[in-house]
Amino acid sequence: MKAIGVILVGFLGGLLIYCSMDFPPWGDPHSPASSHVSPYYIEHTLEDTSVPNIVTSVLADYRGYDTMFETVVIFTAGIACIFLLRVFKAVEPETRLYRHLPTGITLRIAQGGKFPDDSDQFKRIDSDWVPHDIILQTTCRMIIPFIQIFALYVIAHGHHSPGGGFQGGVIFGASIILFAIAFDLRSAIKRMGERLTAFLCALGVLIYAGVGLVCMLYGNNFLDYSALADILGVDRISARSHGILMVEIGVGLAVMAVMVVLYYNLASAGKHDEGL
Amino acid sequence: MDELLTILISRINYWVYIILMMVGMYGIIIKKNLMKKIIGMSILQTSVILFYVSIGAKKNATIPIIEHGHDTGHAAVQATHYINPLPHVLMLTAIVVAVATLGVALALAIKIYKQYNTLEEDELIEILKEKEF
Repeated sequence: MKAIGVILVGFLGGLLIYCSMDFPPWGDPHSPASSHVSPYYIEHTLEDTSVPNIVTSVLADYRGYDTMFETVVIFTAGIACIFLLRVFKAVEPETRLYRHLPTGITLRIAQGGKFPDDSDQFKRIDSDWVPHDIILQTTCRMIIPFIQIFALYVIAHGHHSPGGGFQGGVIFGASIILFAIAFDLRSAIKRMGERLTAFLCALGVLIYAGVGLVCMLYGNNFLDYSALADILGVDRISARSHGILMVEIGVGLAVMAVMVVLYYNLASAGKHDEGL
Repeated sequence: MDELLTILISRINYWVYIILMMVGMYGIIIKKNLMKKIIGMSILQTSVILFYVSIGAKKNATIPIIEHGHDTGHAAVQATHYINPLPHVLMLTAIVVAVATLGVALALAIKIYKQYNTLEEDELIEILKEKEF
C-alpha cells in the first residue's frame, strides 16, 4: 500500500516536472497569465475606479461576484462549524476551580459545594490549572487595542496600500483570539458573545449583497457601484471607490466573525465553557 | 551543461512547488491519521497558492499599486511596470477560504474523535465494519 502511494506520488511529480518545461520562465512579462486581461486591469484601474491599489479594485469591482461568493463560502464554513460542534445542553463540570485573587490560592470546590459568585475576590479558572499570569495578561491588555486599530487601518486604507477586508478582518479576529488565549474563553465570550458573532457573520454578507442590490435598484447591473453616485453625491468614478470601501467593510466583518466563531467552537469542542 | 543550468534557474520555482505538492499528496494518501491527512491537505493548498503567486511575478516590475500623489499628473500606466495583480486577488481570497475550510475539517475531526475515540483510519474502518454485522 505504501509502495503504491510512493509510486503514484513520484509519477505525478515526475509528470509535473516534465510539464514544467512548457511553463514560462520566472518573471517573464509576456507569460500567458500576464498578457490577456491583466494589462487591462493595470492600465484602466485609475480611470475606471480611481483606486490606485489594483488588487483591491480587481477584488471588489472587476471581480465582485467572485469575492461575494468567496465571502459566502467563509460564512457557510462558520455556520457549518457551529452546526457540527455546538453543544447546547450545557454540562457543568462536577468540580470547579476558583482562584482567590488577593492571596492567589486555588480552591477546588466539589459537586454539591457552594460556588462563589464571580466577584473581585474569586475568579473561576479552567479545570486544567493555569497559573496566574499577570505579565501575559497585562501585555495583551495593552497590545490588543493597537492590533485592532491596525486592523481597522488595513481595512480602511486598502485603496492606497496593501490591505483590504480579508486581511483586516483576519487581523481583527486574531486580536480577539489573542484575548481568549491570554485570559480565558469565558471572559472572551462575555465581551463578544455567540449571538453577536453569528449576527456579524450574516451582517457582513448582507452588507456586500445589499450594496449590490442598491446598485440594481438604481437601474445598473448588480455590484456596478457607479449607481451610488446619486446617493453619495460624488461623480461616478469616485462612487466606485466608495462602493469598494463599503464592500470591504462587509467582507471584514464577515471574516472577523467567522475567525472568532471557528476559534470558540474548535477550542472548546462546541461547549463554550473552557478553552485553551 | 550550460543549457541545463539555465533551465534549472528559470524553472526552479516550479520544482519547489511540485516537491511541496508531492509532500502534501504523500501525506493525504499514505498517512493513516486523519490529523496528518489534514496537515497534508494544507501543505498541498500552500503549494498551489505559492505557484499562483509566482505566476504573477514580472522582472523589473513593482507591486500592483499605481504610483500616485496629489502633485503627480496622470502619466500613462504601463502594464510591464507592475506585476500581475490577478493571481494575488485569487490567492488572497483562497488563503482566507483555506483557513475557514480548515476549521470545518478540524470540526469534523473533533466530531469523529468524540464518536469513535480514535482518529486512526484503520481503527475507524474496523469499528465501522463491526457495526455493520
